[in-house]
Amino acid sequence: MAKLPIYLDYSATTPVDPRVTQAMIPWLTEHFGNPASRSHAFGWEAEAAVEKAREEVAALVGADPREIIWTSGATESNNLAIKGAAHFHKDKGRHIITVKTEHKAVLDTVRELEREGFTATYLDVRENGLVDLETFRAALRPDTSVVSVMLVNNEIGVIQPVEAIGAICREKGIVFHVDAAQATGKVAIDLAKLPVDLMSFSAHKTYGPKGIGALYVRRKPRARLEAQMHGGGHERGLRSGTLPTHQIVGMGEAFRLAREEMADELPRIRALRDQLLAGISAIEATYVNGDMEERVAHNLNISFAYVEGESLMMAIKEIAVSSGSACTSASLEPSYVLRALGREDELAHSSIRFTLGRFTTAEEIGYAVDLLKTRVGKLRDISPLWEMVQAGIDPGAVRWAAH
Amino acid sequence: MAYSDKVLDHYENPRNVGSFAQDEEGVATGMVGAPACGDVMKLQIKVGKDGVIEDARFKTYGCGSAIASSSLVTEWVKGKTLDEALTIKNTQIAEELALPPVKIHCSVLAEDAIRAAVDDYKKKHGGQ
Amino acid sequence: MIAMSAPAAVYLDWNATAPLDPAVREAMLPWLGENFGNASSLHAHGRRARTAIEAAREQVAAAAGAQPGEVIFTSGGSEANNLFIKGAAAARAPGVLAVSAIEHPCVLEPARQLARQGWTLREIAVTAAGKVDPAGDDWRETLALRPAFVSVMAANNETGVVQDVAALAAEARAAGAWFHCDAAQALGRLALDFRAAGMAAMTLSAHKIGGPAGAGALLLDRRVDLAPLIAGGGQERGLRSGTENVAALVGFGVAAERAAARRAEEAARLMALRGECEARLVAAGATVFAREAPRLPNTVYFAFAGIDGDTLAGRLDQAGFACGSGSACSSAHPGASHVLRAMGIEPALARGALRVSMGRDTNAAAIAAFCTALARAVAALRNLAAVSGMAAIT
Repeated sequence: MAKLPIYLDYSATTPVDPRVTQAMIPWLTEHFGNPASRSHAFGWEAEAAVEKAREEVAALVGADPREIIWTSGATESNNLAIKGAAHFHKDKGRHIITVKTEHKAVLDTVRELEREGFTATYLDVRENGLVDLETFRAALRPDTSVVSVMLVNNEIGVIQPVEAIGAICREKGIVFHVDAAQATGKVAIDLAKLPVDLMSFSAHKTYGPKGIGALYVRRKPRARLEAQMHGGGHERGLRSGTLPTHQIVGMGEAFRLAREEMADELPRIRALRDQLLAGISAIEATYVNGDMEERVAHNLNISFAYVEGESLMMAIKEIAVSSGSACTSASLEPSYVLRALGREDELAHSSIRFTLGRFTTAEEIGYAVDLLKTRVGKLRDISPLWEMVQAGIDPGAVRWAAH
Repeated sequence: MAYSDKVLDHYENPRNVGSFAQDEEGVATGMVGAPACGDVMKLQIKVGKDGVIEDARFKTYGCGSAIASSSLVTEWVKGKTLDEALTIKNTQIAEELALPPVKIHCSVLAEDAIRAAVDDYKKKHGGQ
Repeated sequence: MIAMSAPAAVYLDWNATAPLDPAVREAMLPWLGENFGNASSLHAHGRRARTAIEAAREQVAAAAGAQPGEVIFTSGGSEANNLFIKGAAAARAPGVLAVSAIEHPCVLEPARQLARQGWTLREIAVTAAGKVDPAGDDWRETLALRPAFVSVMAANNETGVVQDVAALAAEARAAGAWFHCDAAQALGRLALDFRAAGMAAMTLSAHKIGGPAGAGALLLDRRVDLAPLIAGGGQERGLRSGTENVAALVGFGVAAERAAARRAEEAARLMALRGECEARLVAAGATVFAREAPRLPNTVYFAFAGIDGDTLAGRLDQAGFACGSGSACSSAHPGASHVLRAMGIEPALARGALRVSMGRDTNAAAIAAFCTALARAVAALRNLAAVSGMAAIT
């Protein structure tokens, strides 16, 4: 019997790998120095640990350690990258391009810049969730200064064509930022080859601790930024604030494990995901959201037509999943990502994101499939929409009063 | 998703789920909400010759609070005259189920469902 | 290669960072283990995390005399200071802002940034004892400029000098300014009462009080308009987005509660140690900065004329004593301390500045040993200077 609840929400956050916790503990005990302390050994050893972790983070993504800036997480990295680049280049241009399916940390940041007088284009995506290169090209303007496109979508797991987008940006001299919070350890990233200027990372989506992230800032050609947090001048002046050594060490260890283990880990997770998909496909009227080819191995986003997402979450509370993204699922709005895919609202309301990970087992997936079959059936038994469908009426053809 | 025990009880053990045949004597149906808004409630009442609601059924597409609200009103309308049923207010439903502010609209929808069912009955029976 | 054995040293740099309180570590570990949920998730894992954060919020609020609804968690004190200064500025038209000249760089630098964006920055002068004088002309003139907001720290990280922030806050408020207080060094060392002082905002930090690095808070009166520094996701009432660092916040809560509970007793104990330490330093010929001013019970800031602070700190480190030269944050920037400069201390003497800051593990034996080692190091450096015929300061 699998231990309940079964965690299938690895894109919201991952457990900290026990090996990562072990690596962190010394820095929570006797090794407590402030890495900025220059006058004693407590500070020096903390600084050495911070630099070693910086190397590990850089190694996973093919960067130079000097290109890695510590932040409190991907949200801060996204804010720093987009505002920092937009502010730095504001005399050159004030037009920003991003995508409707980006994380709120990007969208809200761009909206804030709009309030400051910048203009923005939010690109539509195709039905499969991917950015169309021609649509992107058409959105470019002479005053476009910053483009931000995520590598892996948090809700539907699709992988955007950042290499192609980056090449266009490079050609036009536009700063290109990529939110890779959901990508580390899930897809290979080689910044030595990728034409990307700025890239955001998070530890807690890759089996590291919360509260720590990083921003990659390219050296050649040099990406220029205005700092958003000022003070002691840490992180080459780009991000002031005492560095949390234990968290940084944790992120370094988590990224080292990702680098060493992803080749073995991803096929195993993909097989489990396919097992889940096969099981769910046996349930009538279920739809996969997002492209299945250009997609990370651990994500499955499914609409269960004619049942509502939140009640489905309640019905399957033995498994921890999310309806929409974790950040917005407290609101009553259907997922804006699914709406951007052109999913009808009721399908957007009925979506569940399953995200698997390092500790997911075949037994857990088997349990989840059985549970879904029973509980979706139960909810459909009390669904007036399902009743209509069974009677041959298409609820989509009915004129519903606005509510 | 901090639901009250009463919501959970109605959600886990919904009362009076199902449907009456539309053409059955004394049956009237109220269907409110919209799939695009994330909730649809169908409330059916069966009214006796004396004008008292003898029985009720519901089906709901929506969150736990919406299911609980509709389940609750099927219990409350039974034994009431149509006019009495119309006195059930969303605030009473919300209070009974201890709905949080973001879920008040579920109780509003349940009140609307009663009204829609009663209207349907009156329409079918020549506006008594 | 990183040495994994603890530096065999007496740690006397608690104002830079304090060792993690073992009880705090115990409270944190489950949140780095089985309790890993994202507090925004609606399922059981997420709800557990949310509950823990709200409990920490209550603990932090209680330790500083605030309401839980007034606590905005951040990644640390620097971020909290940036959030207030820049956030308050972004929410209103440029005007005058005033900060004391001895503020931490994470207050001064954001303020200087605003000065480049249309704001008029008034740096409030301090006395030779390192104090903003509520009766002084500079403070009067500052208020006469009708600043939109004023920021004065509760206690200085270098000198330990304690400001009359309650009086300053009351006057600032009467003059129509929002008053912000950086209390990163004060929590657990001074009694804090955010509400009673009528402040608009106060900055707290976890790692100065035995909590983890990576957590801090801005206490914010709900009437104060603020624009967020970090957008997206809408956590912390929309004022600080980003997945909450649950383990660190849990640690912060426990650390705040414990620091507040033992504050009075610790203050008395450390005050006695400080007195002992200073007496020996003065006897050895040191100048103790701001000795006449009310100061944190744990901080001694001093210099020996003709001896470079960094050199002395290096000697002491080799002898097994870790202390600070200037503030940890700005020690990356060599040069005389801006705090001492604001106090009018001669640059030659200021370059000798060394800070001893104590904490719960510091005892009389450690201080006595430190004073002995210090006297020996000073004598050795003086000898060296005499032998080589040149000043130790280069």
